Parts: sequence; C-alpha cells; structure tokens
Amino acid sequence: MSALAQPAPGSRLHADRRYRRRRLLSRAVEGISTLAAALAVAVLALVIVSVALRAAPAINLDFFTKDPAPFGAPGGGIRDMIVGSAILVGIASAIAIPLGILVAIYTTEFAGHRVATTIRFALDILNGVPTIVVGIFIYGLLVIGRTQSGWAGALALSVVELPIVARSAQEVLGLVPRALHEAGLALGLRRWRIVLRIVLPTAAGGLLTGAVLGVARVAGETAPLLFTTSIFSTFGTPTNPGEALPNIPVEIFSLSESPSPQDHARAWAAALVLVGFVLIVSIVARTFNERSRRRLGS
Amino acid sequence: MPESQLDTARDQGGADPASSPSVPPARPSGSGSRAASAPGGSLPLPPAAGHTVTLERLNAYYGGRRTIRDVDLTFAPNEVTALIGPSGSGKSTVVRCINRMHEEIPAARAEGRVLLDGEDVYGPGVDVTTVRRVIGMVFQKPNPFPTMSIFDNVAAGLRLAGVRGGEMRERVHQALRAVGLWDEVSDRLGSPGVGLSGGQQQRLCIARTIAVEPEVILMDEPCSALDPIATLKIEELIDELKVRYTIVIVTHNMQQAARVADSTAFLLDGELVEHAPTEEIFTNPKDERTERYVTGKFG
Repeated sequence: MSALAQPAPGSRLHADRRYRRRRLLSRAVEGISTLAAALAVAVLALVIVSVALRAAPAINLDFFTKDPAPFGAPGGGIRDMIVGSAILVGIASAIAIPLGILVAIYTTEFAGHRVATTIRFALDILNGVPTIVVGIFIYGLLVIGRTQSGWAGALALSVVELPIVARSAQEVLGLVPRALHEAGLALGLRRWRIVLRIVLPTAAGGLLTGAVLGVARVAGETAPLLFTTSIFSTFGTPTNPGEALPNIPVEIFSLSESPSPQDHARAWAAALVLVGFVLIVSIVARTFNERSRRRLGS
Repeated sequence: MPESQLDTARDQGGADPASSPSVPPARPSGSGSRAASAPGGSLPLPPAAGHTVTLERLNAYYGGRRTIRDVDLTFAPNEVTALIGPSGSGKSTVVRCINRMHEEIPAARAEGRVLLDGEDVYGPGVDVTTVRRVIGMVFQKPNPFPTMSIFDNVAAGLRLAGVRGGEMRERVHQALRAVGLWDEVSDRLGSPGVGLSGGQQQRLCIARTIAVEPEVILMDEPCSALDPIATLKIEELIDELKVRYTIVIVTHNMQQAARVADSTAFLLDGELVEHAPTEEIFTNPKDERTERYVTGKFG
C-alpha cells in the first residue's frame, strides 16, 4: 500500500489547471506564427497578382518583340530594354561571380583566421552600402567628363552583386566537410588541386545557387543604373556597352513618370517581367540548392 | 634499391610534378595478370621490400599544450603494429605526426624526428605532399569523394598526380582487386562512390590509398564505424596488405589488436608505456599500467 496520497480516480491523466494554461499559450503562439507566415506569403501573392492585373492591358507578344513606340502612340514594346538588361547583367555577373567565388575560396581555404574575418566583415559592409551610393560612386569614377555607358552600368551592378555571391559562396564552402580535405591531403595532393577537383565540385550546387541569386538581385537594381546608363537611344537595338544601354528598371522609372496611361500600363508590364524573372530564377536556385544539400549530406 | 622518394621531391624543389616521376611505377605482379583470384576477386598482392618507420623523441603540441611526450617507437617493416590506449592517450596524434597531418591543425606542431628508412620526414627541404603520398592514411569514417564515381575515387590520387590512360586504369583495377571489391563493383565502376555500403566505402578508401603505391599505410580506427562482418573483411585485408606495406593501426578495440597486429604499443596520456609483440602485451605485460588496461581495469 503506497504511502503517497492517491489522486482522485480518473484525474491522473487529465491536464491540471497549470498545464491547461500552458497548453493554451502554446496554441496561441502557434496560431500567431502561422498567421504571420500566411501574411508573408499573402504579401507576395498580393504583389504578384496586383502587378499582373495592372500589367494585363499591355502584355502581348509585341511587348517583348518591339521597340518602344514614340511618345503617346499605342503599341511598341520593351525589346531593347530586355536585351540591354541582359547585356548589363551578363557583364556584371561575368565580373562578380568569378571574383566572388575566388574571394570565398581564398577566405575559406587559404587565409588565416584574422584575415578571413576581416574580409568577411568588409563584404558584409559592402553588402549594406545603399545602391544609390554605388551608383554615384561609379558615376564619379567613369561618367563625369565622359558619357554614360553600359560598362559603367555593368560595373556598378557588379559592385552590388559581388558581396552577395561571395558571402553565399563562403557559407557553402564552409559546409564542405573537413573529412574531404583530409582525404585529399592524406593522398598527397596539393592544396589547390584539392580545392579545384574535390571541394569545388562538391560545393558546386550551392555556389550556383548563390550566383543565381546574385543575378536575380541585380536584374532589378535601379539606382546604380540611374546615373550610369539612363540616357539612351532606342534606335535599332543597342548592344554596344560603350554607349548607355536601355534597361528594364530605368524604363519602369521613366514610364511611370509619363502622363500617358498606356505608358503606365507598360510600366506595370515591365515590372511583371522583372517579377517573373526573379520568380523563375529563384525556383532554379532552389533546385540547385537541393542537389548540393544532398551531396553534402551524404 | 630505389632512390628515396623524398630526395626526388627535394631535387625538384618541391615543384608540382606534371609528369609522374614521384609516383612510383606499378611494380609488376609476380605471377602475371592471369593469376588465380582468391574469393572476392582479390589478387594476392605481390610482396615488396618493407619500409621502417622510427619515431625519435617525438613531441606534439596543440598550441602551448604538449600532448605527446618523448615517444621513441619503431614500426617494423612488413608488419602490422597496433597502437592501443584509452581515449585521449594520443594514439591518433602520434599517427598523424607520421604523415605530417598533425600540422594541418592551426597552432599544432610536432618536434622530434620521424624517420622513414632513416630519412627524417620533418627534415629541411622535405616536401610535405610527397611525404603524404609515400605514407598513406585511412580514416575512421570512410570518406570517399562524393562527386566522383568508384573508378574516379580510386584514381583520384593517380590522376591528380599526372598518371593517365592505360597505366592509370590498370592500377585502379589492381587496387580494387587487392581490396576484394572487384567482384562487387566491376560492372558499375562509373556509379557514385558514396552509393556503396559502409564497409565497401572503407575498402574503396583503402583502394584509393594503395593505388598510389605508398610505402607505409596508417589506419586510424578504420573499423570503428563498421559492422562486425565488414570489420572482419577489413582485418583480413590488412593481413594481406602487410606483405607489401608497413602498417600502423590505431584501435580502441583490444581484440582487434590481438587479431591483426604483430606487435602492439600501449600509449597512456601521451607517453609510450610499452611496446612488445602482441601476444606478450596481452598475456605477459611488463608494465603495471599496461596490465591494468588490457585486463579492463580502466579505459
């Protein structure tokens, strides 16, 4: 016979008052966080839907394949801007992606601890520099005393893209297990060979993700281009980076300042193109990420 | 007697070999390539003259802390020597000092001499990556390269040292036969190395290590992540490997040491307590601490 007081029959397994209060609190917090998540997703959906709705009148095949129409005239498209943006983002990425990955390799594989920390810190600060400041900086460097040019615009974009790619590459390279380095070292391989043939292929998926996200980010950056490649002609389809190149973000800006409602619709349509691009690119990035995660986890 | 491998690297000034002079050519298999295979498809390894490793007053430090203290130890050629001792006794550190992996840890250093056939691997002008090619290592957790196929894994050391083509293929096949993996994987050499079971992965890592024809093989608890059947297969493999290599195996499993090793060294708190033929260590240890450890009183 136990000396402990027996609880009332049936109530041993039921929640007491204190426990019930805790359970209520837990459920409330669960509910609030679910609401917050739903809100975040809803905002994204709202943005996409409202842009799509307002863009609808202007979206047609011509939009993608024709030059902008002269002021006030109907029709026309943003073909030149798509081409121009592609060139600008292409050049910027050709600079920022290799550089970013190389910097990341340096800090994770070769640099001492203090140097690596300093570089990481510098990249974080660069990441935080407002893009308009980057735009003015390149303006002062390359545009004053000369003309605007696609090179200046691409360079400004690459300054924005570099820290994004580098930081993400650092994270991914840091995830490659030391065991792989050790296996390579124990075989008598030199460090750069280990990095090139073992570390990089293992981290490839994640590196690609970071690169792709960097591209998505700068595709829509406006401020760097406002000072460097915003006064352009659309005669023919400009592709020479020596001159200012038409591009989507600046076009959205100018179209929105126009009094014509058709231009406004076109601005929304151009915005939809950007949003669509970011969406597609993000999905692509997720796929690469899954691949890399699988490799590193095995 | 072939010139010392370390000399070759020194003459080249440590330059990265584009051709393969510092990877020794495949030694001819004595009975030709049509030799009868043992079960598992393994070829009996052609014997090779052994190499001796001698530790002289080895000390190892992590920062200011000395973790290996004045160790003098000789590993006899073509024999398996086991290092036993409780956790933290420094067994892994000793072994990592032999192929100079210890110094890869920041703020870690070693003092003293490690002689391979009389030549100090810590000597001036010695190229550390050549040391590691000549003294191979197998790790506790199998670590095949995840982005490479079975073939590429075994070939990794060869390919990245400049051996190519027919010779590379031949050596990869030989290595896979030697570890007894050939029958199991010969039809899928292109499939990923990480798709194998744990025991197979470890044998793959051993094949990778022997493909570059080292002189000494260090094994740091190679079976502790494996099941008993896989462990047995690897212990059998070690017995076959010693005709060609000198083997040092760290193990926390005394029964394994008894099964596998010709001689055993007992380490405690970074010091060598006793080194004797395995049978003696377990049945008639000279030091009281050894006796207490092998009879299970601690550790």
